[in-house]
Amino acid sequence: MPAPATTSIRQATTRMPLLVWFSAWLRDWWKLVHLGAVLLVLALSPSSYRAAHRPQLARHIYSNTAPILMGFSLVCALITVVLTRIVLTTALSYGLTQYALQVLIRVLVLELIPLTAALFVALRCTIPDGTEVAALQVSGALDRLRAQGQEPIRTEVLPRVVAGLLAGVTLAALSSVVALVVAYLVGYGFTVSGLPAYTRMFGQVFSPAVCLILVLKTVLFSMAVSLIPMASALYGLRGLHGQSVRTSTEMHSLVRMFALVLLIEVASLMGNYY
Amino acid sequence: MQEPNPPEITATGDVPPALPPDVANLDLKAKLLLLFMVLLLSACALFVLYARGAFDATQRLVLMAEDSEGVVVGMDLTFSGFPIGRVQRIELAEDGKARILVDVAAKDAHWLRTSSIFTLVKGIVGAPAIRAYSGIPADPALPHNAVRTVLQGDASAEIPKVISAAKDLIDNLNALTQADGPAGAVLAQLQTTTERLNGPGGAMTVLLGSEAEAKKITLTLERTNQLLARLDGLAAKTDTQVFGEQGVMPQAKTTVVQLNALLTDARTSLQKVDAVLKDAQAISANAKDASADLGVLRGEVDASLRKVQGLMTEINRKWPFARDTEIHLP
Repeated sequence: MPAPATTSIRQATTRMPLLVWFSAWLRDWWKLVHLGAVLLVLALSPSSYRAAHRPQLARHIYSNTAPILMGFSLVCALITVVLTRIVLTTALSYGLTQYALQVLIRVLVLELIPLTAALFVALRCTIPDGTEVAALQVSGALDRLRAQGQEPIRTEVLPRVVAGLLAGVTLAALSSVVALVVAYLVGYGFTVSGLPAYTRMFGQVFSPAVCLILVLKTVLFSMAVSLIPMASALYGLRGLHGQSVRTSTEMHSLVRMFALVLLIEVASLMGNYY
Repeated sequence: MQEPNPPEITATGDVPPALPPDVANLDLKAKLLLLFMVLLLSACALFVLYARGAFDATQRLVLMAEDSEGVVVGMDLTFSGFPIGRVQRIELAEDGKARILVDVAAKDAHWLRTSSIFTLVKGIVGAPAIRAYSGIPADPALPHNAVRTVLQGDASAEIPKVISAAKDLIDNLNALTQADGPAGAVLAQLQTTTERLNGPGGAMTVLLGSEAEAKKITLTLERTNQLLARLDGLAAKTDTQVFGEQGVMPQAKTTVVQLNALLTDARTSLQKVDAVLKDAQAISANAKDASADLGVLRGEVDASLRKVQGLMTEINRKWPFARDTEIHLP
């Protein structure tokens, strides 16, 4: 039930003085950044990939990516077919067919697919993962792990974040390839004669700056959707024992995640077109 | 959405790992997935490099332009509609012009010749296009780092000129079509002409300027008709005189027949003369042969006489009654 939790948060927020609210807001983001830095260090540390941690890491990587890879690619192919037909028909009526495929590549590969892949990974994998961690946190299981001498961030959080990151990147890359192939087939038909022109046009779109922005955007999207649910689970919901833990965590994650994703998208658009 | 399994806390306080159900060969599948991701990203990176022409051998061409507006790095240089090069860099030259550095693919560089012309055309819609034209394929190939001036054309820049020219044209048309303008005057004259055309004399009055002149022309035409009638009678009489029964032509025909007979007789006479001449020619040949025989005979007579003379000389020399040929002087 989302209503009681949301109402209580809103009432608490309105009662809070502005400065206190702002400092709390800054503290939350600082915790998020701190958690990201800690996870980055752990992800780059070889000790995180020891044999003891490897099975759990492999399990999360596989379960977060493999089941959704085919379905998401098919959905992307379908959307690409529809969009390509729409754009080609419109461009034909205006006599601008030479720009149609370039527009499609820019819209699909540079903008839509990374965003969609990140949101799909968030809804399908990382938010449920965050809910699991939140449940562990609420139940005190993570505290008990700490008491046993284990580090829950390394054993429970890191595998989920790494899996979400890899899932986001893989989905975006595969879907981009599928979209490129489908757009070519819809545009030129089942022939190889259009390949040189298509490849050249592709090369014109993907300048070094655009490539860099695309890679950065995809990685940042994946990091955002992997990290924010975990941060919300670990820090955001302390003291909500006995309340609707799962729904509150998901809402909290979604709001923050959408804000960050929107910020990254705006920054990438500014980088590409200004 | 994947339904997460909430972790269960055991009574002993052990925390079971919140993991999905077991998957067969999980480690291998995870490694294959990672390998797939690495290969996919590597292939994407290589394809981007290939599409950007990173693996193509290129030849540098420098185009000098007055204005590089609209030219962007990566845009194509086309030849006959096919892209053969890419703009690699744009920089400002020391003389204030734009230097457009173009990398031309080595396999297509042979299309560019020393006499090639380069144009930078800006359309009303879309980006400008750099095009190359090679009129003389037999010319030497364009060298590496060749510098050429690019000819610029701007369709949108022509629009103000076209509008200005159209405005002038409309002003001129307005001046022409005013009530007291040239077009009005022409129409008034045309109306006068039409009235004259419809009046007595018609087009003749319009051509000659007055009705009196038109009447003169009519009178002239009537006289000409009379003259022609007379000429017709004259021609009929001439026909009778020349081609009639007693005309010149039948008599001439009779004369010709007689002349033909005379000519036949003359031809017969000439044939006879020809035969006589042939006989005379034969006689002459015989006389010639006889003359030759006479020559031989004369030679023989001469030889006999010489022998007789020699014999007489010998007899006289040996004969006792030889004459004393000596002359004794007292």
